[in-house]
Amino acid sequence: MAAGAATPAADRERGGRIRSALLTFLLVLPAGAWYLVLLIAPLAIITIFSFGVRAKNGGYAPAFVLDNYAAILGDLQKAAPFTASLSMAIGGTIGSLLIGLPLAYFIATRAGRRKGLFILLLVIPFWTSFLIRTYSWLIVLGPGSLGGFIGDLVGDDNFRILGTPVAVLIGLVYGYLPLMVFPLYVTLERMDRTLVEASKDLGAGRWATFRQVTLPIALPGLITGSILVFIPMMGEYVIPQILGYGRIYLVGNALVTDFLEARNWPAGSAKAVILIFVMLITVTFYTWFVNRGRKGREVSVL
Amino acid sequence: MTIAAPSPSPEAPLGGRAAHDVEIVDVTKRFGSVVAVDRMNLRIANGAFYSFLGPSGCGKTTTLRMIAGFEQPTSGEIMLAGQPVAGIPPYRRNVNTVFQHYALFPHMDVIQNVGYGLRQRNVGRTEELERAGRALELVRLTGYEHRRTWELSGGQQQRVALARALVNQPTVLLLDEPLGALDLKLRKEMQLELKALQQEVGITFVYVTHDQEEALTMSDVIIVMNEGRILQEGSPTELYERPVDTFVANFIGVSNPIKGKVTAFDAATHRAEIESAGGLRIAGVVTDRAARPAAGTEVTVAVRPERLRVDAAGTPEPEGSGWVSVPGRIEQGTYLGEQTEYRIATDVVGELIVRRQNAAGAAQHVGPGDAVVVRWQEEANLVLVD
Repeated sequence: MAAGAATPAADRERGGRIRSALLTFLLVLPAGAWYLVLLIAPLAIITIFSFGVRAKNGGYAPAFVLDNYAAILGDLQKAAPFTASLSMAIGGTIGSLLIGLPLAYFIATRAGRRKGLFILLLVIPFWTSFLIRTYSWLIVLGPGSLGGFIGDLVGDDNFRILGTPVAVLIGLVYGYLPLMVFPLYVTLERMDRTLVEASKDLGAGRWATFRQVTLPIALPGLITGSILVFIPMMGEYVIPQILGYGRIYLVGNALVTDFLEARNWPAGSAKAVILIFVMLITVTFYTWFVNRGRKGREVSVL
Repeated sequence: MTIAAPSPSPEAPLGGRAAHDVEIVDVTKRFGSVVAVDRMNLRIANGAFYSFLGPSGCGKTTTLRMIAGFEQPTSGEIMLAGQPVAGIPPYRRNVNTVFQHYALFPHMDVIQNVGYGLRQRNVGRTEELERAGRALELVRLTGYEHRRTWELSGGQQQRVALARALVNQPTVLLLDEPLGALDLKLRKEMQLELKALQQEVGITFVYVTHDQEEALTMSDVIIVMNEGRILQEGSPTELYERPVDTFVANFIGVSNPIKGKVTAFDAATHRAEIESAGGLRIAGVVTDRAARPAAGTEVTVAVRPERLRVDAAGTPEPEGSGWVSVPGRIEQGTYLGEQTEYRIATDVVGELIVRRQNAAGAAQHVGPGDAVVVRWQEEANLVLVD
């Protein structure tokens, strides 16, 4: 048995292994701590809170009741923000896709040397505060400009865009469009252009080629982009508050009401947990749906 | 009960087959100020193996892409099976291409790739699978139907690309340097396989390559191109034995150039007598049948290395007439396995490259520094007028 033999060489080797393990630990520590403190811990707290009761003066009092969930799942009125958020986020994702896909396709394949410029144009808005950009839509869609213009066209003085779901949808698509475009651009940029030629060579026209070759190959980017825009849209609070005048009541608004106004932390926590489940289920179903019948590499999200 | 009249098969050629699968009439293609193809005229006969051979940028790939429909000629006309195809997009041409890097669809398995063209024509699921299966059998890939394309080796991917194109029974199959990405041994195998495949299916193949050996191995007809023009069109033997100019002579095989001036030309036999710069008097056939070089014209006499023989100095001239002898000294001998290549310095015609077969019993009786006589028969002289 050589286990006990402590030669200087073996010692050095052992020391080296320990140092290497220590280094790995130190490098992973910040990220690990980040996840622990800012993801795992809050999730655990929210989950615990969701089974508690409201304290007398607001906040949380320990208990183990299912009332908070029962209240949401049993009352259509309370479930309404979820369906509103879900339809807004789905609508916003479809909108981003309809605008983002042609845009990403154009930049990746037709922009030539101006690719960098177009990418820059997409990034520049991020240099301004999200809040300011959202507020500026108040002017664009307001009665003094687009809203009034369309009102004149249809001959309705009371026509408004602001305060309607359409305004919120426009705000959502505008705010998250780049998150859809970038992953799509990357997959389309990497795609071998001769595949399109091969498809045409084999008798497929433009549309048939797009449907059978370009779209399936862009699928990983499409899924990534959809999820990147869908998740923040589900929890969006600022845009419905500003462009919807608070009349479009989404989960984000409901959470603010529960936590800050009603000070019913357990009820809010239960909503947050349900929101997470709704997103998980939607994303899982979406990924399954898009991947079904694919013979190539599976596209995974999580 | 009514009996339906037999409807003509949708794949039956209209009014029989034209004599030429492809006709290129006075075609020029410009990219900005660059002339990629310059007034090309060419007819590609049915069922033959054609190769476009030339250095990169000579216009061979552009020509192929114009036949496929990916590029439109700037002027001139291309006819496929006797019909002009100007403005007809690639997906309406009965031509298929095997791309340089195969361009297999990564999101489809092997059989889906092969059936792609058939699906575009809505042939029906049963027929698609049946024909795709037969195409895979043709390229010896039966059993690979449901493999992922990226799991296949380069040679197998190549075969899938071939099957995917051939399954559509194109008028012409275009191949754009399809063997370039394979290693040498596999490339040699695939060359023979492609040739055999072409003879089996009887479809016209138009092959683009910069590799002269590849072109010589496979082609019925080679078209040598340079700078957008066709320099010579002919069988491998014709091109090697009678190259029309120095470009062709150097592009196909190796040759020893001897510069000189014409002293006499006989139009009846097409032979010229030449005096080289070093004072050597030789005669030979002018390869370009159209040329009528006047006395004093500068020409190059090319001699293939394997037509030269090396004898030790003082060896008497062999039997027969028409021998040219040039004294020299061996600079270098390189053993190449089946043959030995000598570099021989001569006073009269400069350096000569000689290749000699290492046949049984042919011991190396000469080495570097030895004085030798290089000899060849006059019929080996190719007189090139540029």
